[in-house]
Amino acid sequence: MAPRRTVHPGAWWLWALGLATAASRTTNPLLLGLLLAVVGYVVATHRTDAPWARSYAAFVRLALAVLLIRLFFAVFLGSPIPGTHTLLTLPEVPLPAWAQGVRLGGRVTAEGLVFALYDGLKLATLLICVGAANALANPARLLKSLPGALYEAGVAVVVAMTFAPHLVADVRRLRAARRLRGRPDRGLRGLAQVALPVLEGALERSVALAAAMDARGYGRTAEVTPAVRRTTAALTLGGLLGVCAGTYGVLTAEGGTYGLPVLLAGLAAALAGLWLGGRRSPRTRYRPDAWGVRAWLVSGSGVAVAGLTVAYAAHDPAALHPGVVPLTAPAFPLWPAAAILLGLLPAFTVPAPPPPGSRPAHDAPNPRPRPRPRKEPA
Amino acid sequence: MIRFEDVSVTYDGAAAPTVTGVDFEVPEGELVLLVGPSGVGKSTVLGAVSGLVPHFTGGTLRGRVTVAGRDTRTHKPRELADVVGTVGQDPLSHFVTDTVEEELAYGMESLGLAPDVMRRRVEETLDLLGLAGLRDRPIATLSGGQQQRVAIGSVLTPHPRVLVLDEPTSALDPAAAEEVLAVLQRLVHDLGTTVLMAEHRLERVVQYADQVALLPAPGAAPVLGTPAEVMAVSPVFPPVVGLGRLADWSPLPLTVRDARRRAGAGLRDRLSTLAPDGPSAVGAAPSTPLPPLPEPAAPPSRRTGFLRRRRALPETAAPAPGAPAALAVSLTVRRGHVEALRDVDLTVAPGETVALMGRNGAGKSTLLGTLVGLVQPTAGTVRVGGAVPHRTAPRDLVRRVGLVPQEPRDLLYADTVAAECAAADEDAGAAPGTCRALVTGLLPGVDDDTHPRDLSEGQRLALALAVVLTARPPLLLLDEPTRGLDYAAKSRLVTVLRTLAAEGHAIVLATHDVELAAELAHRVVILADGEVVADGPTAEVVVASPSFAPQVTKVLAPQKWLTVAQVRRALEGNR
Repeated sequence: MAPRRTVHPGAWWLWALGLATAASRTTNPLLLGLLLAVVGYVVATHRTDAPWARSYAAFVRLALAVLLIRLFFAVFLGSPIPGTHTLLTLPEVPLPAWAQGVRLGGRVTAEGLVFALYDGLKLATLLICVGAANALANPARLLKSLPGALYEAGVAVVVAMTFAPHLVADVRRLRAARRLRGRPDRGLRGLAQVALPVLEGALERSVALAAAMDARGYGRTAEVTPAVRRTTAALTLGGLLGVCAGTYGVLTAEGGTYGLPVLLAGLAAALAGLWLGGRRSPRTRYRPDAWGVRAWLVSGSGVAVAGLTVAYAAHDPAALHPGVVPLTAPAFPLWPAAAILLGLLPAFTVPAPPPPGSRPAHDAPNPRPRPRPRKEPA
Repeated sequence: MIRFEDVSVTYDGAAAPTVTGVDFEVPEGELVLLVGPSGVGKSTVLGAVSGLVPHFTGGTLRGRVTVAGRDTRTHKPRELADVVGTVGQDPLSHFVTDTVEEELAYGMESLGLAPDVMRRRVEETLDLLGLAGLRDRPIATLSGGQQQRVAIGSVLTPHPRVLVLDEPTSALDPAAAEEVLAVLQRLVHDLGTTVLMAEHRLERVVQYADQVALLPAPGAAPVLGTPAEVMAVSPVFPPVVGLGRLADWSPLPLTVRDARRRAGAGLRDRLSTLAPDGPSAVGAAPSTPLPPLPEPAAPPSRRTGFLRRRRALPETAAPAPGAPAALAVSLTVRRGHVEALRDVDLTVAPGETVALMGRNGAGKSTLLGTLVGLVQPTAGTVRVGGAVPHRTAPRDLVRRVGLVPQEPRDLLYADTVAAECAAADEDAGAAPGTCRALVTGLLPGVDDDTHPRDLSEGQRLALALAVVLTARPPLLLLDEPTRGLDYAAKSRLVTVLRTLAAEGHAIVLATHDVELAAELAHRVVILADGEVVADGPTAEVVVASPSFAPQVTKVLAPQKWLTVAQVRRALEGNR
């Protein structure tokens, strides 16, 4: 059998968040393009054909939409960037005095557009990084690595997350049914009319699922002594209070001395409460994801990309933020580019999943071969 | 193992108890089948075993239910999870995780079994259910039969001593159903698991049962006995029992094998000189007079009205006489990497009934979808009454072709039957009252104010059928119409569809129900992996196929009889 789940899902998320951090530090379109290429390559080689992996396409579309909306705003609402290269002048809508600072229409400058493009590209790259994490690691599995006391909350979140795809499937099915009734299946009105049946169906399914989960032992608790139960409550409550007080201390000016210690103590107490609370849940884990060498490499490469880019941004901010006033061609800084290329490490260290077509043939216990065309004349 | 002591269940707001006087015991290691018409409370009895009734559903349970010595009154469903495994009607609403292997482990994780035990049991269960090749697959990508096996596997891994199953084979093709039943039998025989299961498709399961509990009517006390005893008095029975009753065999045969032995001398000789009639007789419309209809689906005046309207709407003119109602030529549909249909040719003549058969995922629903324009063909041509379905506006298309989907509820939006009918009349451009007249014909005694959700499975199907028929489409498509129907509802459906076919409607039904196909279809088309592998008159196609042959055919082979009704008519005609 092929090695499965070779990398902890958390590692993929760290990797993707590392790349996203790098993206957030620069508006250089060349570097952002390189980041997109790195992410795209790893996703293309390493994603499976599972339903959650298909969300990558949705994220790419969302990113494109964000980019276009950013440009749209720059064109129609103007841009704070002072520019000299006027591309076109839209008729400006005069606004009353109370709307001062808002502009509709007017001059569209090349500088403003380029700035919006850089900015939109940064946002799009961030989104695509998150999409990559979704495609490479099942988000549901990540939630399963939660501590025992939070496990059931985690399952609830997982179930809620599967709710959305079901809802989409329901909408599609009911729109098809509308067509069967001879009503137009497109348009906003069509969608509005299926909303109620869709929600009804979703609710019914949730209730059925809750029944199934109950019958399968969800929410079973183990016997714990009252002492343990009281200690858990005290630790959790006290810890949370400590966290609140500590945060207040850290944030206000006069609490500088006691803030941090109280915050840390509160955090420790809350964690101890969680750990103790886990004893009430008799759950065990089936094949928990191991954090192995590959996980270190994957997460390490992401952290390295983030760290190096942040360090370089402090050292030479100009290279990462090419100027738009006056308009200049963005330079290609070599060192950040090399750092970003480190993000390709997973592509070479993690074995690719088998392609969808190459599954073992014993899907059914008794394989029924496809009937061959008859040879004798009919 | 499971003991019911004078149990009755009353749901909140219900005037009368749903079940009363349930008092029987299921011994350890037996497979007990719960049978009865729709709506007699089979699911309620099953739910009482796992404690979901009344802990989850609400209502009042009187009496006592004990499972492995635990009283469900004091034990919540989750505290019974280690002794009772429950699989509901819809496996999809059973899954908590998203891959096969995790789903198998989920129940054990909840019970807190040791990791090495979990690992071993998952591997054992994967092998037991033939799921090893699917272990990493996302559950959403599996076929219906595979999902049902995963659902059963997911409750088997904690090694429950009792298994409760609600219609485990209804949605499955004959071969997949046999896989599931073989697994159940193995569990009962090898592991001593106690199984309590409800199932409408008795022809599939009755032979595996050690005992049968019959709920004869709503609120009536169950009758428990051996399968042969209960089948002698049951209002629901499989065709093989029907044949046995017809031929006065005692004890009644439960398996095809028993019946073949009995039929050897007497019945087969008597039938050898007679010829089968009925829908399988080759020809567009059945030549034999139909049995008198208690509920005429369409009075003659409706038909003239329809013709008048046709003249008023020239764009929906009837195809030229002799033109096929539906035509598909080298039709190919591709979805992603998968070819759902490959080079399919199909012609359906007016007045003809065609059954599409084949295993889950063979492309039956896709083919129906192409015929109503829900699916756009990748290559090839489709014509329905001369129009290209996916390019025709929905409003126009409903007058050419109608589809009753797998889940009839999808078609129904309104809060009441009356509102539903009014909407259907408007959608179809029919005279007000058209749909209501059809509903009255198909479903006598349904109130205008009834909410479609409160109808039984069979009534909902009839309502959806009426809604579709309001536009009088010459081509009628039904996707898996008998899922969840009991024998009575099924025979009403058969009567209605026969009448429609006799009026000249072309009917295509995708079904796993071989008995239904035998009753209705003039022609059977078998699909496999998106290709047509057999296409011919029902008698010829099903007789040649071991998995698609109805029970009567198997009993009386090599003679080509398909249904009990056929045999009865032949014998009566001979007398």
